[in-house]
Amino acid sequence: MIDFQNVSFAYEKGDPVIDGISFTIPSGESVGLIGANGAGKSTVMKLLLGLLQGEGTIRVGGTPVIKENLAKIRAGLGFVMQNSDNQMFMPTVYEDMIFAPLNYGLSREDADLRVDRVLTQLGLEKLKYRHNHKLSGGEKRMAAIATILAMEPQVILMDEPSSALDPRNRRIVINLIRSLGQTKLIASHDLDMILDTCSRVILLSEGRIAADGPAEEILRNRELLEANRLELPLSLSPR
Amino acid sequence: MNKMEKALSELSGMDRLAEQDSPLHRIHPSAKLLSTVLYVIVTVSFSKYDLSGLFPMILWPLLLFQISGITLRSCFYRLRIVLPLVMAVGLFNPFFDRTPVLKIGAFTVTGGMISMLTLMLKGVYCLMASYLLMATTGIDQLCAALRKMHFPRMLVTLLLLTYRYVGVMTEELAVMTDAYQLRAPGQKGIHISAWGSFQGQLLLRSMDRAQELYSSMLLRGYHEHFHYADVSPFHWTDLLYIAGSAAVFFFFRYFNTARLIGTFFVR
Repeated sequence: MIDFQNVSFAYEKGDPVIDGISFTIPSGESVGLIGANGAGKSTVMKLLLGLLQGEGTIRVGGTPVIKENLAKIRAGLGFVMQNSDNQMFMPTVYEDMIFAPLNYGLSREDADLRVDRVLTQLGLEKLKYRHNHKLSGGEKRMAAIATILAMEPQVILMDEPSSALDPRNRRIVINLIRSLGQTKLIASHDLDMILDTCSRVILLSEGRIAADGPAEEILRNRELLEANRLELPLSLSPR
Repeated sequence: MNKMEKALSELSGMDRLAEQDSPLHRIHPSAKLLSTVLYVIVTVSFSKYDLSGLFPMILWPLLLFQISGITLRSCFYRLRIVLPLVMAVGLFNPFFDRTPVLKIGAFTVTGGMISMLTLMLKGVYCLMASYLLMATTGIDQLCAALRKMHFPRMLVTLLLLTYRYVGVMTEELAVMTDAYQLRAPGQKGIHISAWGSFQGQLLLRSMDRAQELYSSMLLRGYHEHFHYADVSPFHWTDLLYIAGSAAVFFFFRYFNTARLIGTFFVR
């Protein structure tokens, strides 16, 4: 379970990027985090991961996100970055995938088995020994997700998972997200994807929660979306 | 493909060479590392006038090129940027050391000329040996070997991450160069007026990338301890490789092989 209680954060004093937000995400729920540019979506992710320290209380599975607990908390959180190039730093997909399991104490044999299992699950066996910088955008995104799944996290965080993907790869990523049983927090501008993958939506606006509720309800509310510099998802827009 | 992308491709080309299979690729990385270090020490230890003694040292890298299946051409192609620098070492020796050592007809060979050639050969040999080590071992195996030999963890991690980071910076540079070229048609390279901002931007971008990459590592459990590649156990063949190469190097060092061969033809 993820719990934010009265969390605030400012890069510069007096100019909060996140301003006293509170929400709870129960285990297994899939939540979309939406909002216009600069609304604070990525900052919420970074606060949850302990990459930024703000005010208020953040708990993951009851454990407060503080410096002393970061190693334990991060072991259960898988973060798919917006830019896969920034996420994948090893030469090949295999080496990138095995990086986290080895760090979390698995033997190389067990880590190998886990890598193979994830690659099979995603149908990416052919990418295993490919060099990261030779992958296409879609392959890179799938490989980045694979590196996270190899951690077997309880919570998956995704920052713009469908950005820069062609329609086919976007559909593959959406189907993959839907198939994952973990708790998911997905930040995106792609409201159609959020509609496809999330049961609940948190709408951020200027660092505050403007709405929190069922995805269908919020994403159909044209007034609410337009008031917060968003538009109806294409699939719900009248032709 | 711009120059930076070519450089990036060449960098990954080194990794691909290291993934090939040959008897030399199968030698334990520690054995190859020790043998290369020994080769460099022995090569450098030749006297600056011992040109004939130095000549046979080329045989070892040539033999390894044959065994590994790596072409000599690829070596000189990849080293094309540093080779002129190595060749420049000792360029001024002929001006400072004019002691005549040999006369070929009317032409006097001076000590400076000999020492210049010796220095150049030493540089080229050492580069060839280092290239062979990298091309048949790869950075991951090399770092794993260094850790097995108890080199300080911090230094080895620094070496590995620096090597990786060269690729990241080159990628950034490739993107920036493309963006520049597209708005400066017909211009060769980067105009001097843009150098300052170009370098500043590169620094800022590379710092951002470095921060993101470090975050990615932290979020996947990195805690100043890198798990290096699996290295196969040390076999007797690896020991034999070290002993054999040491024997060859010392033979070449203490017996002037070129002169020995020469005595068969000239009495």
